[in-house]
Amino acid sequence: MSDTQAYQQSGEAQFGDYVALLKPRVMSLVVFTALVGLLVAPVAVHPVVGFASILFIALGAGASGALNMWWDADIDAVMTRTRSRPVPAGKVQPGEALGLGLALSGIAIVMLALAANLFAAGLLAFTIFFYAVVYSMWLKRLTPQNIVIGGAAGAFPPMIGWAVATGGVSIESALMFGLIFMWTPPHFWALALFMKGDYHTAGVPMLTVTHGRRETRRQILIYTVLLAPVSIWSALTSIGGPFTLATAVVLNAIFLKGAYDIWKRAEETAEGDKYAVEKKVFKFSLAYLFLHFAAFLIEALLKAYGLGGWV
Amino acid sequence: MSFRPDHELHRRRFSRNLGLGLTLVAFVMLVFALTVVKVTRGDPMQAFDHVARPELEPAATGGAQP
Repeated sequence: MSDTQAYQQSGEAQFGDYVALLKPRVMSLVVFTALVGLLVAPVAVHPVVGFASILFIALGAGASGALNMWWDADIDAVMTRTRSRPVPAGKVQPGEALGLGLALSGIAIVMLALAANLFAAGLLAFTIFFYAVVYSMWLKRLTPQNIVIGGAAGAFPPMIGWAVATGGVSIESALMFGLIFMWTPPHFWALALFMKGDYHTAGVPMLTVTHGRRETRRQILIYTVLLAPVSIWSALTSIGGPFTLATAVVLNAIFLKGAYDIWKRAEETAEGDKYAVEKKVFKFSLAYLFLHFAAFLIEALLKAYGLGGWV
Repeated sequence: MSFRPDHELHRRRFSRNLGLGLTLVAFVMLVFALTVVKVTRGDPMQAFDHVARPELEPAATGGAQP
């Protein structure tokens, strides 16, 4: 059998296909939040150590993405949005995705322990376990609260970044965790309202399907209301200051107004304008998280010039 | 001398080999940079090496200091 025949029969991956297994778009959020967690911590980190740590945190997140793609290949093959992922597209074998995920997890954890400290490495290991096992394997197909649980995995990176600098956890890092944790449900459910996905065919219990769209609208409002105090509290701690507080107040006011609008709307009205409000809130939710973490970073910068922070 | 044009298969393989090669070079450089930083900062670099190293033991209270 010649090389070309082998290619036609089994598919042949290029480097980019393995990179796609690591979910680079999710990685960019991980890099940004972990970097903020590291930079706003009260302990300075050497730039090389900081760079290496962020890289290995991102690699760990990527590894859990590969493990997720290995486990969820059957779901991904059914859904339009995920059908072209490397495993269902036949470019990468499921076993390769598993191997890559496990190997990169090991490398990322060991290297983070060597570059930073054991505590940060332990947190990274727990995050990978939580995302791959607790979320992907256990709860994703079991409960419509899967988004909430998945959000916890996405919320760990700033905590790990903080642990790289300080070697522990604190109220500040717990609040950064809480911020992403409470933000995830309204963000994803707003998307679920207008991306009428094929989760039902795939057998994934999405809130929009199991409890209806009315209930999803209500849950978006509930989580957005619960997000506001976490955000304001974080702005009142040592990583916050007047600038962060002002930013948080504005961002939460806009997000709350959006969530209220979503809750108030009837399904028919939403269908009438092609989910304009839901789409707007979803887009804003992305800006919310980015700007909130950017505010922590700017506050830290202002503090360096004796301007920011609480006196 | 003539060369046959590469099949797409070979391009894909080359992309894998090149990607992996560059990743490994970057990894080696990163470990080297980390080592330089940790050594120059004086981080503890010694560990158990199958030989007794009294200097790694925490100093006993009230004991003689080297």
